[in-house]
Amino acid sequence: MADANIDKRFDIHEIAKEKNKDLERFDCNVYICHSTGCKSSGSDDIIDIVKSALADHDLEGQVRIVPTGCMGLCAQGPLMRVEIKGQKDVLYKRLEPLVARMIVTEHIAPALKLKEGEPFEIPEFLAQHVLSLDLPFFTKQEKVVLKDAGHLDPEDIQEYIAHGGYLALEKVLKTMKPEDVVQEIKKSGLRGRGGGGFSTGMKWEIAAKTPTVDEKFIICNGDEGDPGAYMDRSILEGNPHAVIEGMMIAAYAIGATEGWFYVRAEYPLAVERLEKAIKACKKTRLLGNNIMGTDFCFNIDIRLGAGAFVCGEETALIHSIEGKRGTPRPRPPYPTDKGLWGKPSCVNNVETLGNIPTIILKGADWFASFGTETSKGTKVFALTGQVEHSGLIEVPMGTTIREIVEEIGGGVPNGKQLKAVQTGGPSGGVIPLEYMDLPVCYEELKKVGSIMGSGGMIVMDETANMVNIANFYLDFTVDESCGKCAPCRIGGKQMLLLLEKINKGKGTKQDIADLKRIATAMQKASLCGLGQTAPNPVLSTLKFYENEYLEKVGEGKKDNSEAEEK
Amino acid sequence: MSEGSVASQVAAKWRKKRGSLIMALHEIQDIKGYIPWDDAMEIAVGMNIPLARIYEVLTFYNFFKLEAPGKAVISVCTGTACYLKGNDKVLEEFKKELGIGEGESTADRMFHLQCVRCVGCCGLAPVCVVNGKTYGRVTPNDVRGILDEWRNKLADDKE
Repeated sequence: MADANIDKRFDIHEIAKEKNKDLERFDCNVYICHSTGCKSSGSDDIIDIVKSALADHDLEGQVRIVPTGCMGLCAQGPLMRVEIKGQKDVLYKRLEPLVARMIVTEHIAPALKLKEGEPFEIPEFLAQHVLSLDLPFFTKQEKVVLKDAGHLDPEDIQEYIAHGGYLALEKVLKTMKPEDVVQEIKKSGLRGRGGGGFSTGMKWEIAAKTPTVDEKFIICNGDEGDPGAYMDRSILEGNPHAVIEGMMIAAYAIGATEGWFYVRAEYPLAVERLEKAIKACKKTRLLGNNIMGTDFCFNIDIRLGAGAFVCGEETALIHSIEGKRGTPRPRPPYPTDKGLWGKPSCVNNVETLGNIPTIILKGADWFASFGTETSKGTKVFALTGQVEHSGLIEVPMGTTIREIVEEIGGGVPNGKQLKAVQTGGPSGGVIPLEYMDLPVCYEELKKVGSIMGSGGMIVMDETANMVNIANFYLDFTVDESCGKCAPCRIGGKQMLLLLEKINKGKGTKQDIADLKRIATAMQKASLCGLGQTAPNPVLSTLKFYENEYLEKVGEGKKDNSEAEEK
Repeated sequence: MSEGSVASQVAAKWRKKRGSLIMALHEIQDIKGYIPWDDAMEIAVGMNIPLARIYEVLTFYNFFKLEAPGKAVISVCTGTACYLKGNDKVLEEFKKELGIGEGESTADRMFHLQCVRCVGCCGLAPVCVVNGKTYGRVTPNDVRGILDEWRNKLADDKE
């Protein structure tokens, strides 16, 4: 471009205009899911094949291939959505190389020759690969954080800007005072999506009021360690710019000078996309000094985790960024007072920050129109386990568990009966069948002994043995305990020994009583959330399925055979 | 390039940045597959961090390896979704086929077997990952095929 007006290159409105002009050239967009799930099922090959097939038909100028973030239905991948002007979108599932080629020759090529409005009949042999977009899996969801994932190329900043990206940042920097931003988020009722459920606006308010001589930090917690949960990974892979924009708005609101992303090393693709996105921001001058011509200066850096679950706890996470062992410390002082390198720091979860740009653009009232009295907005869940449509979903708070499992998830496969749903990972609990009509929100889940957690939702069918499940989770937390405080280090181990004894059929009723006693002590005396919540899976299975424990101890050794089965 | 220069280059790159020890260690492990003693020593000198502090960090985090692993690192996911769908049986099959336990390498340094918590592909459970390539819906019957695939691949690389 000519250097007549340099600023033009960094004006997001100009970028959006140029990009939209560019995008309008295409009559057809082929979105191919390029997140970890679908990549594992072979979506890289599919992209190559579609590319070569388009070249064979001389359609490269008319059709655009867009590698996207997660489309949700991971179990049916690789997924591909064909969007042709004037026609209904078609979603293809379980693609194989041959099918992908046929889609180009038998669907895209002929359909493009039709006049506008003329319907296209999908050939029968392709129809078996079509996934209806009218499935409750798609229609029952409400997407706020994930609205662009699956609809744009996460590695292209211009496309994000063309989709209205960084408009919220502009609105904040140019028309709002930091206090106004804090008030807006407070009004929206957004609460921490990492599981804590603390009011985000309140946290920002505290952070904003904390004075600092030089630095203040905003930290994004992307250390998603719950086994069976991948919401944050999918958000970072599908739309990293939304999280970055959310972080920049947070930084402006609280007066942060620098931002840090802490991401699990087990998520290489998320890290790569985040790195590319940050680089693109710097190039577009959305990071650095005097952003958008204002006084706002801000930079972002990434630090990787190294496989320690406890680092999801904010004080442990801060130690880890500092390059130390990831052990937690007592709070207060909270990180908002003394955080990274002793400076005030505000730690927010990936999904929390991902919500921010939309709240700013559409307003607090719009956001608060979703959800329940105390839990506003939507929540992303990783719906997994024994469920037909396993994948990534986003629903309004207040949706019942039954709606999620039976309608969106399509119920339990193989004719088995639903037994329970587990939320909150190793810190949560099981929700038995009689509570399936419970609305998903922070308070209700707590009432039945589970927690919202970060968004893992694991469906269990009748074959699941609850003592085994409790054993599985406790084994995890005992392994991940950092060992700093005795209640967690010793209590967890003793509980695990008792559980293993019970599982082997060698336990007694006294062992069950001891389990409860140790659990209470751990909850009360542990230093951090890991230890305080580690007994939850045991307590909640004991609460609802005590008979399964009693069966194992009741007749002593007789139940040896049962201990073997899964 | 001599063995030591990797670590000293990494140290030089990260020395001036804050909170960079773990990042530097990641870089070394990315290149070498593990953190050799000599490299840790060079990092200690290059970044002016006591060696004891480096080992304190290395032994705390599961991700870091102190010994050279096999050429193909097999990670069996033991997350909840994979557990429910029977990945423990897949793990047993790998152990049986390779004759090694969890966290061990084969004598010929071909394979390293480890368990990981969750690779985030729960929709494809049960999952295992070999050198970055993910295998979904794995059954114990697939194990031999996966091992053969990698044996061939590693043999090709040699040639």
